[in-house]
Amino acid sequence: MFVRLSIAVAALSLLGSAALAQGAKPTDPQIAHIAYTAGVIDINAAKQAESKASSKEVKAFAQDMARDHEAVNKQALDLVKKLKVTPEDNDTSKTLSKQAADKLAELGKLKGAEYDKAYIANEVAYHKAVNSALETQLIPSASNPELKSLLQTGLKLFQGHQQHAEHVAASLK
Amino acid sequence: MSPGRHLTTLVLLALGALAVPAHAATIQIVMENLVVSPAEVSAKVGDTIEWINKDVLAHTATAKNGDFDVTIAPKKTVTSVLSKAGTVDYFCRYHPNMKAVLKIAP
Repeated sequence: MFVRLSIAVAALSLLGSAALAQGAKPTDPQIAHIAYTAGVIDINAAKQAESKASSKEVKAFAQDMARDHEAVNKQALDLVKKLKVTPEDNDTSKTLSKQAADKLAELGKLKGAEYDKAYIANEVAYHKAVNSALETQLIPSASNPELKSLLQTGLKLFQGHQQHAEHVAASLK
Repeated sequence: MSPGRHLTTLVLLALGALAVPAHAATIQIVMENLVVSPAEVSAKVGDTIEWINKDVLAHTATAKNGDFDVTIAPKKTVTSVLSKAGTVDYFCRYHPNMKAVLKIAP
């Protein structure tokens, strides 16, 4: 469990540096794509948890994640439409998606309490990684004020999710 | 006017005041960007609270002591009338970092 968790965390931090390694600041169309992709990843994880989780608390947490991330992504889509920005695929989005697909497959093999713990541990690590990327990279790089403001609201929301996940993780021990 | 009549008028007036509190107010509490404002509100039993959710996220106003649990859909306003006095800490069940206090006088 601890080994698996540290691998997951290491993979996520690698991902952060992979994104930074591109050198140039991401552009607004790329930022929009990364933020949207990050949301979709958590929605997919939540959908899996809604059907697989055994703990009532974990299920409720997954429902919260699906509801919030769907709402924020809808807002992001409305904003890019309004700004006439076409989200642009990029290496960070691709790495994120690949990583998430692997994680989803790995979690898919687990059952019962083992699944619950692994899902929540990944939610803590994932929100931590996303929040740090938002804080250190995406928000400072965003040039459109409305996009920046949406990312800032997102950060506040996801920090809440991280705390919520940490709280659920502690209750599972 | 006889003293008796005067008294009756007074009693009727008092009863009227009891039935319809003259000062029942409507108070707006706004939820925006995951913040409840004002964070502290003083109200009276009989007052109406307008819960205004400006976020795209669903929120709740859930009393810690169980006195109320209001769900406010994204971009909606829900009203509720305060029926019980007390200092009530409340939060959003979906976003527990959203916390505020309602001081309800009898």
